[in-house]
Amino acid sequence: MRAQASARPLPLQETSALAAAGLVLARDLRLAFRRREQLAQPLAFFAIVTTLFPLSITPELSGLRTIAPGVLWVAALLAGLLALEFLFRDDALDGTLEQYALSGQSLTWLLFAKTAAHWLLTGLPLAVVAPLAAGALGVPANAFAGIVVLIAVGTLALSLIGAIGAALTLGVKRGGVLLSLLTLPLAVPVLIFGSRATELAIRGESYVAPLELLAALAVLGVTLAPLAAAAAVRISLE
Amino acid sequence: MAWTWFHRLGSPPYVYRLAARLTPWFAWPAALLILGGLYGGLVLAPADYQQGDGFRIIYVHAPSAWMSLMVYVTMASAAVGLIWRIKVAHAVAASCAPIGASFTAAALLTGMLWGRPMWGTYWEWDPRLTSELLLLFLYLGYIGLRSAFEDLQRADRTSAVLAIVGVVNVPIIHYSVTWWNSLHQAPSVMKLGKPEIATAMLVPLLMMLAGFTLYFGAVLLVRLRGEVLRRERSTAWIREALGA
Repeated sequence: MRAQASARPLPLQETSALAAAGLVLARDLRLAFRRREQLAQPLAFFAIVTTLFPLSITPELSGLRTIAPGVLWVAALLAGLLALEFLFRDDALDGTLEQYALSGQSLTWLLFAKTAAHWLLTGLPLAVVAPLAAGALGVPANAFAGIVVLIAVGTLALSLIGAIGAALTLGVKRGGVLLSLLTLPLAVPVLIFGSRATELAIRGESYVAPLELLAALAVLGVTLAPLAAAAAVRISLE
Repeated sequence: MAWTWFHRLGSPPYVYRLAARLTPWFAWPAALLILGGLYGGLVLAPADYQQGDGFRIIYVHAPSAWMSLMVYVTMASAAVGLIWRIKVAHAVAASCAPIGASFTAAALLTGMLWGRPMWGTYWEWDPRLTSELLLLFLYLGYIGLRSAFEDLQRADRTSAVLAIVGVVNVPIIHYSVTWWNSLHQAPSVMKLGKPEIATAMLVPLLMMLAGFTLYFGAVLLVRLRGEVLRRERSTAWIREALGA
């Protein structure tokens, strides 16, 4: 049918791993922006979860301020988790992942690009709107900058951990609950360092030490998580 | 060839017979050590000057906690089956998971029972209990992932990846939880140099540790045989071995 297209050799060999990853990143972002209303869903979820706490615990700002770090992190964790289920699923179903695995390009890099897209589409927007939620929980404005940085770094680590879980549960029917069961225990260190640093930021103290630990987790995730995810995706394609 | 013994470990019939032959060598010493350790710990050892007789639960609690980690490491080591495609290694990993989860649950339960008289509450958000709880979640996730696949090979290989990811994370989780909150008494046995625990208390504890380890070996071998039987049920050697 498309004899002309197949006669022309595809320039895959000349594409470097980084360039291929960049193409995948651009593709995922473009696809996401074609469904703009879906982009807002994790943010709306984040806002709803943070609203539940004042309603269920106490409307007093002094009380809310003490639980604000935990609320922000649990809400961010759950919002990211919600989007994770579809990180690889659609591409696995329509065969795109298989094409990636057969392309001759490093699957690790391509999956890293997909995970980076996930972070840019959920983690980063969450970090930007987190000060709004924090303000509603009685957090003083001088902590906002810290909260943006912390949530941005923390959600990067969470996206990478979650990518492993999403890759492992590919092909599992109704894998959403299993994905949470696998991912949440692994996410505990991020939660601990993140909320501790946020607590320090709210009190106006230096949060550099836990931020560095958080960044270390993110770096560890960048180096190791795509490898594990690629191994899991390969197994799911066999 | 020097590697023959290693290659033979990849053969299900050989491992099936080897496991049957080895089981008593683990089971009997385990029974003797556990009985001796219990007698030494519950009868011979003096009561603790602070905790009274309540400390004696350590003779089950500490070995269970130790085994919960050791089984996880064993399970993750069995993930080498991923690299060399050893069927038996996957069977070992599959046999480990429920044993490890049980040891973890036992460590949690005994920790809670100890906490009731000592802390005045069953549950304290103490770092070691909490990281033990997270370890239980890791085991449950592993068992859940393994059971989620119909295809045995996929279940084996996918859960092997999870075991490796988990074993990288266990120390991170452990230290982050320790850093988060420290209420628990510092470990007194593992300290370098002279242990702070009296010899009459320490000897039964070490016997229990060795006994639990051997008990794990025995249970693992029995489960491994069951696992090999289940996996190889359609092969000729099984019918031969069972005399059917």
